[in-house]
Amino acid sequence: MAEAQFAESQTIRVRVNGREYEHEVPVRRLLADFIRHDLGLTATHLGCEHGVCGACTIIMDGESVRSCLLFAVQADGAELQTLEGLANGDEMHPLQQAFWDNHALQCGFCTSGFLMSAVDLLHKNPHPSEEEIRYGLSGNLCRCTGYANIVKAVQAVAEQSQS
Amino acid sequence: MKPAPFRYACPRSVDEALALLQAGGDETKVLAGGQSFVPLLNLRIASVESVVDLNRLDDLAYIKRDNDTLCIGAMTRHRQMEVSDEIRAAQPLLCRAAAEVGHLAIRNRGTIGGSLVHADPAAEWPLVAAALDAQFVLRSQDNSRTVSAREFFLAPLMTAIEPNEILCEVRFPVAPVGAVWGFQELCRRPGDFAIVAIACQLTLDDGGTCSAASLAVGGAHSTPLHVAEVEPILIGSQGDAAVMTAAAEKAAAAVDPSGDVHGSADYRRRMVKVLTQRALKEAWAQKSKRVLQ
Repeated sequence: MAEAQFAESQTIRVRVNGREYEHEVPVRRLLADFIRHDLGLTATHLGCEHGVCGACTIIMDGESVRSCLLFAVQADGAELQTLEGLANGDEMHPLQQAFWDNHALQCGFCTSGFLMSAVDLLHKNPHPSEEEIRYGLSGNLCRCTGYANIVKAVQAVAEQSQS
Repeated sequence: MKPAPFRYACPRSVDEALALLQAGGDETKVLAGGQSFVPLLNLRIASVESVVDLNRLDDLAYIKRDNDTLCIGAMTRHRQMEVSDEIRAAQPLLCRAAAEVGHLAIRNRGTIGGSLVHADPAAEWPLVAAALDAQFVLRSQDNSRTVSAREFFLAPLMTAIEPNEILCEVRFPVAPVGAVWGFQELCRRPGDFAIVAIACQLTLDDGGTCSAASLAVGGAHSTPLHVAEVEPILIGSQGDAAVMTAAAEKAAAAVDPSGDVHGSADYRRRMVKVLTQRALKEAWAQKSKRVLQ
């Protein structure tokens, strides 16, 4: 393999929601900005841009990450999932449906981050207690709902998968 | 905000990374998990000319037991440590501390090496490393040296690492027979940095008498602070309340906290006493569990 060199831009290949993309990006481009601006996938939101609010959470190679704390070049070769990849055509993902049913969103800005965090939470722990749900989602901030209905929605999905 | 422009390289071996670090010059920084460093870049608190990314160095992500030493590659992610059966068997205090680091998405990405070199005095890994006297293996292009955790941390965000060095491995002593531990952290919300945190390990004989003790304080001093003064108080004791109070008062007297929006210096000092008592109680309470094993 060629020796690594310092560079100011780099061509990357990523698979996002099952589709391949190849782009040249400046190395300082945040993964979140790459997803929104270069790929036009705007469901991923940017709140604080320094890893506190969780709005930009996506799934990278099967695990939730904050896309504002990664550079796009670091995702070269990775498999990404954003909110756009969650629904199956017109059929909402069970978590999306549960958010709808439980009124787990108001303004909606934080919602995609919550959903992606909840995907990882339920993947790692399919039957969490209320406390585990609250702990698992503690890295996502919501200023509208007071969290109660978000927790209810995730609980509903956890219970569905139990029955 | 967005980071200012920089140059970036992603080496595939430690040797290559060390060569890039050497060649890059003073304004070259190492990128580990990025969960502390990237916020600094995004907020433009830090700016760098060049970044050497360690994330594709798979040979720095491992958990290995070598007799009485647990060797952890610096690029091992918090989450891997939290759920590692090998760590849980050898030094369960590390799993407990890992679970307190940030949030799930942070733990998926952040690394033990990154956290240690970032050296936030309120972070979990520096605290546990000081409590257990971990050894850090630092490599540069033409040297390798081992530094004790208790000598590594110099000030908030300042350590003994040289600009051309990379932290490659962290070595923790395996918990000896009879070891019990306590870990107490005070923060306003789960995942926050500690206002005050305490980690301790005691070695108890079958009758519950302490034969070895070590304790460190986080969040209440400019560095994680190993409080050697508590050891003579604890050794030989059976963990009665008066002993725990005396040790807790020693710990509170040893720290020199500064105040901020999360708590005044005086509050932090008081909390050092309270949490030290709780941590020691937690440790001694594991005595019965230990005998069953």
